Amino acid sequence: MASPIECTNLRKTYDGKLEAVRGVSLQIEAGQCFGLLGPNGAGKTTTIEILEGLLAPTSGEVRIFGHTWDDNPRQLREWIGISLQETRLSEKLTVRETIELFASFYSEPRAAAEVLDDLELTEKSDAWVGKLSGGQKQRLAVATALVGNPRVLFLDEPTTGLDPQSRRQLWDIIRAFQKNGGTVLLTTHYMDEAERLCDRLAIVDHGQIIAEGAPSDLIERLGGQHVVEFQVSDNGRKNAKDGSEDLDRWRSLPGVESVRREDSTVCLSVREPHLTIPALLDVVGSEGDRLEHLSTRQASLEDVFVQLTGRHLRED
Amino acid sequence: MATTETNAPMLHTDKGQIPRDAVPPRRSGRWSGYRHLLWVRLLELKREPEVVFWVFVFPLLLAAGLGIAFRNKPADITSVVIIDGPAAQRTLAMLQGSETGLADKSAANDKTSSVRASVLDRDAALKAFHFGKYDLAIEANADGSFTYYYDPARPESVLSRAEIDAKLQSAAGRKDVLITSAKTSSEPGSRYIDFLIPGLLGMNLMNSGMWGVGFAIVEMRQRKLLKRFVATPMRRSDFLLALTSSRLVLMIIEVGLLLGFGVLVFHMRVQGSILSVMLIGAIGAVAFGGVGLLTACRAQKIESVSGLINLVMMPMWIFSGVFFSYQKFPVIAQPFIKALPLTALNDALRATIIEGASFGAQSARLLVLAVWGGVSFILALRWFRWT
Repeated sequence: MASPIECTNLRKTYDGKLEAVRGVSLQIEAGQCFGLLGPNGAGKTTTIEILEGLLAPTSGEVRIFGHTWDDNPRQLREWIGISLQETRLSEKLTVRETIELFASFYSEPRAAAEVLDDLELTEKSDAWVGKLSGGQKQRLAVATALVGNPRVLFLDEPTTGLDPQSRRQLWDIIRAFQKNGGTVLLTTHYMDEAERLCDRLAIVDHGQIIAEGAPSDLIERLGGQHVVEFQVSDNGRKNAKDGSEDLDRWRSLPGVESVRREDSTVCLSVREPHLTIPALLDVVGSEGDRLEHLSTRQASLEDVFVQLTGRHLRED
Repeated sequence: MATTETNAPMLHTDKGQIPRDAVPPRRSGRWSGYRHLLWVRLLELKREPEVVFWVFVFPLLLAAGLGIAFRNKPADITSVVIIDGPAAQRTLAMLQGSETGLADKSAANDKTSSVRASVLDRDAALKAFHFGKYDLAIEANADGSFTYYYDPARPESVLSRAEIDAKLQSAAGRKDVLITSAKTSSEPGSRYIDFLIPGLLGMNLMNSGMWGVGFAIVEMRQRKLLKRFVATPMRRSDFLLALTSSRLVLMIIEVGLLLGFGVLVFHMRVQGSILSVMLIGAIGAVAFGGVGLLTACRAQKIESVSGLINLVMMPMWIFSGVFFSYQKFPVIAQPFIKALPLTALNDALRATIIEGASFGAQSARLLVLAVWGGVSFILALRWFRWT
């Protein structure tokens, strides 16, 4: 059986110069929730729109259930449901009219009432779209994608700008779709969303996939599940001319897999904090420095991204 | 590419791959999408008060305003100004006296002939005359003679001079030697309003076709709704067809309202068959729908399409004989004017409504419309930008 979504070596160049996508290859298995995680402008939307058949790649190939978009686009569209990053649905139609409209495009749609029920929009059935809250609008956008009874769901930044409760509601909807055997491809720049929702992830930066795997694997690949963050005061001691020499001090501590510095904070990726922390305290004490701050936490995808790119996912 | 090779034998993907124990699927018919798109379009229009105003109410207001303004226009009422002086009041009395004192039958029956006279000082009188407020200025000279100030380039001024002269002469005692009588002829069919209403009809079909299709498309493109639609199995032709046919539904209401208004308020008569008028209206509405589609086929922003639509419509407002006959333009321009779609539509509507011409007699004009509509539609489809 062909994969629901597969692409090889996708490239997209805008106006002959801006390379938005630079050689992306993916294979997404049936029943998976696959996430494209990356900062704004990384090429996520361009990639997903090429996969959705809405943009033609400059080069490379897309296959949806083994078919290219040139084969039989109408049939492929019957199989997939799409929620674009920003669609302003007609404000002066009711929720039900909107769903009925989208249902009418598919040859075997689901009943509008059932979809509205699943998405907790039944109460709002007769409300104009313009009167909905942000979360309700976003659920309606997903409802228009689900009403065609798709096998694959494409969601471009489904929860951007939503409040925490609305986000969780959407996650439940996505999980329910997946539980019924559906395949999901979503883009996000929220690492918590990627971590909780996705079975597999591709981290995208500058139009390329820089890491791919299950969220836990990606974190595991950092070399440590834990992060120890601390600040020490120099106490007048002459600091090393370049930071690397300073960081070498910490890299040699037991259990430390990698080290990085963010402003005045040192971050250590460690496998076993109970070995690292006492050794850290010894070093600080023996050199007469003062520890100003110390905390430990679970490593996250954010750490993976920073490790790979030296930047944060969301620079704000 | 390696992946292409390995996937080639697996092209057959059956829909039963994913277990779906939800409700049994219902099947949509071939035209289900089209019907919904059309219905939704009409709902949206109905819920948009501005649309109702501009498409339905505004043309009626325009017709009412122009109809009233030009109702008595055929230079019936002469307004003159008498330059103030010792003899001004006597002149006024002569004009008014002649009005009531006329003995001969023809003038007494001629109710439409009347004079509105004012007395102003010299400067104000001549100024008002030059600004067109009065058709004629009269000055009574000391020696008992009169001087007329008139503008030979203004027909009503020329008429006014002749009329006032006749009145003053008869008030001074001139006797008419011939007995004449006149019958008025302002039959429905030959008045300005009869000329105007078909023109407004044509203009309205153009306006609402251009805005209703062109503007709507760019607005949906800007909202990414077009992109969302083409992300579904929706047939693109259904979408364009629904938009165009929504114009037909509106056309029936537009034509009915405006003609009904003309008939009820201005006692206009529709000489040709209503069916012909509706058919011509339908061809016009679809043709301008096509032109609207072409105008909007690439534009990304509402601002840019608004400019484009006005650019396309402007020449037709001026040249296509909406408010006045295009015969006034130079002969050399006539073939170009007649090739404009609005000219063809207005001519066909006027011939049918005013002259009662048959539908078949309009085939050349309808062909002009069909070519504009058809060519625009084909080009629009080729260049159309969905995303």
